[in-house]
Amino acid sequence: MPLLDLLPLAASESNLLAAREQMAFTLAFHIVLSCIGVALPATMLVANYVGLKKGDEAAMELARRWSKAIAVTFAVGAVTGTVLSFEFGLLWPEFMDRFGAAFGVAFAIEGIFFFVEAIFIAVYIYGWKRLSPWAHFWSGVPMVITGIGGAFSVVAANAWMNQPQGFTLNGAGEVVDVEPLKVLFNPATGYEVAHMILAAYMVVGFLVASIYAVGMLKGRRDRLHKLGLVIPLTIACIATPVQLFVGDTAARGVADHQPAKFAAMECIYETGDNQTEYLGGVCTGDGVKGAIGIPGLDSFLVGWSTDTRVTGLNDIPEDEQPPAKTLLHLSFDAMVGIGSALMGLAIWFGFVWWKRRDIPQTPWFLRAVSVSGGAAIVALWCGWIVTEVGRQPWIVQGYMRTSEAVTEAEGIWFTFALVLLLYTGLGTGAILVLRAMSRRWRDAGLDLEGDTPYAPPAPLSSTGRKPDYVSGNRPVDGGGA
Amino acid sequence: MSKADAAAAILWVGATFYALFGGADFGGGFWDLVAGWDEKGQRPRDVIQRSLTPVWEANHVWLIFVLVVLWTAFPSAFSAIFTTLYVPIALAALGIVLRGAGFAFRKSIESLQARRAMGAAFAISSVLTPFFMGTVVGAIAAGNVPAEGNGDAFSSWIQPLPLLIGAMFVASGAYLAAVFLVGDARRGDHEMESYFERRALGAAVVAGAFAVAGLFALHSEARYVFDRLTAEGLPLVVLSLLCGAALLGVLVRGGRRLLRPLAAGAVIAVVWGWGVAQFPYLLPTSLRIDQAAAPDATMTIVFIVFAIAAVVVLPSLALLYTLAQKDLLESEH
Repeated sequence: MPLLDLLPLAASESNLLAAREQMAFTLAFHIVLSCIGVALPATMLVANYVGLKKGDEAAMELARRWSKAIAVTFAVGAVTGTVLSFEFGLLWPEFMDRFGAAFGVAFAIEGIFFFVEAIFIAVYIYGWKRLSPWAHFWSGVPMVITGIGGAFSVVAANAWMNQPQGFTLNGAGEVVDVEPLKVLFNPATGYEVAHMILAAYMVVGFLVASIYAVGMLKGRRDRLHKLGLVIPLTIACIATPVQLFVGDTAARGVADHQPAKFAAMECIYETGDNQTEYLGGVCTGDGVKGAIGIPGLDSFLVGWSTDTRVTGLNDIPEDEQPPAKTLLHLSFDAMVGIGSALMGLAIWFGFVWWKRRDIPQTPWFLRAVSVSGGAAIVALWCGWIVTEVGRQPWIVQGYMRTSEAVTEAEGIWFTFALVLLLYTGLGTGAILVLRAMSRRWRDAGLDLEGDTPYAPPAPLSSTGRKPDYVSGNRPVDGGGA
Repeated sequence: MSKADAAAAILWVGATFYALFGGADFGGGFWDLVAGWDEKGQRPRDVIQRSLTPVWEANHVWLIFVLVVLWTAFPSAFSAIFTTLYVPIALAALGIVLRGAGFAFRKSIESLQARRAMGAAFAISSVLTPFFMGTVVGAIAAGNVPAEGNGDAFSSWIQPLPLLIGAMFVASGAYLAAVFLVGDARRGDHEMESYFERRALGAAVVAGAFAVAGLFALHSEARYVFDRLTAEGLPLVVLSLLCGAALLGVLVRGGRRLLRPLAAGAVIAVVWGWGVAQFPYLLPTSLRIDQAAAPDATMTIVFIVFAIAAVVVLPSLALLYTLAQKDLLESEH
């Protein structure tokens, strides 16, 4: 393979890089779908509830549409999640061999949540027509609970990789005893789980709102679009301030427990107090270049005092430092920067809503909302880069290096290339299908049959008339729902 | 029964459910594949689609269940299997991606060509995925997976026995699916009913033939498993044969009763026959269940999880299947 010739690496190192890239890519793809699976059901049920309580047809229609979107994203997410569980064995067999008995516990619990979720998603999505309205609503509630439970279990497993505990090793390094509660509730579980679940609600809230904001910018200012913007945006704007608080706690947790990760995130080289907080810039062996520095702020954020001592990279053995420090630093800054910008948007929306019970009327508000979804996804990815790249060179912090965990099987570059190709098709297919659905909703105001793997029945009369909460469609095709 | 044996039994329960529901699900895809071009295949395709749509996700969670129990309770066996049989496992994963995407997208895509391509992806991968899973099981039974892993990537599964087991997986899935589809078509469509009856009969004969050929291959390639299958496992083999024969009898006489329990019984007996034949090995004859077992505390969690699954998941599944069978869940119209 030509790519291999360009890489001046030993075969095993090359395998490790390929395996890491493949894992990172498949995780980045799956994590967006997981967020949708965790948070979109709740958003949909809010619309469903409003629709039932107030007899609001626009809200009911939104719930129907979102349930169809869930049908597509859940199908793709189930597939990409299955791929991840195969990859545990295909890419990291030594990790599973040595530690499966310890951290597998979290996945065993996740299995139950996933099962129940898959069952009730089917009941809800197919149950539109024949179940009674409130029975149907309640059949959706398990999805919200299992989404949160599933996120807890999976992220607890990841937290354990960052803060491993609750197991005993023998002389040969084999796990001989396990304390499952300590595995599940390790020091990183609290902040990682909360951070991830809030991130899911932010991603989904801003993403769904951004779709309807685009539609409103195109002149579709009916009740359906306004509700489609307000419901998810409200959820996201409630999650955002909590997230800033949780994220801040998480950063301090990392500073306490994983000083190497924290030092790379913040580009700190010399250990000491009164550390400067660097925004942007490039991390070099001689310190940060091209950054804006705020003296003392880093120490203050870690310990509420500029006297707080923070470990620098120069005090960490080179073979225990994370690679790609600039990437880590910029990812962290991008995540915090986007989070702060979204907080600004939340304040704007909250203030105007409090004053006038309406969204801000300037198109700049809609423009801001329409980019917020993409921005939230970028922040999500940046956060995972910080967590995962920052843990390197360890797969289990302090116990097992990623290089010890990787498979000896050959051809990982080949499978990675195949995965890239396959997932490009998968992603394109999913987006095309969702857009085609949205176009059909807009054109018809009601559904053609056979829409999705799960296709609840058409919402209104068979006369083909548009319901009055949907405004006229336009010939221009766009991202509006 | 030791904790490790109990965990192995849980693994086998998961495998049994996956063989039944996942198998039937793959089989539905098989009948979709051979239903013929566009108009000709439209009616059976509709029956298959209607039958699979509400349940196909849930059917496949059993695979996740099996994987999770395997890597949690028997991590070294998981690692040995994945470092040896990564080629068929990766191909099965590829099939899972294509199958899920094809099924999810095909109804929603407007252009006929793209729709055909999606349908083909679904149908072809419905055959390839169980085939490669079968080769994995066959390679394990043949003792081609060394306990320390990293066995030969190709000769471990490109052997008569694994390939035959792969073919048997496809055939028995098709057999299960045809039997289930007879019932699903029954609601008001006699033509489709007899359509799937004929196919159930054919698939039963083919699956039986593969099973007999498999026995010969077991004799030469997996002597340990063969010996136990024909001794300790014999009652289960006989049970499977009786179920199969009774089902053939019912079908030939044009009867309707007990089709599903008989088909399921035949498959369950084979899965447990295999388990009994492998006992006490997870990887015959290099890794015993107790050697691969995780520490006791982990096993306890696996039991608790299984108990919760029995209390929470099984009733939920029953609800889903009941709603689907009562036509309370609709995918179209």
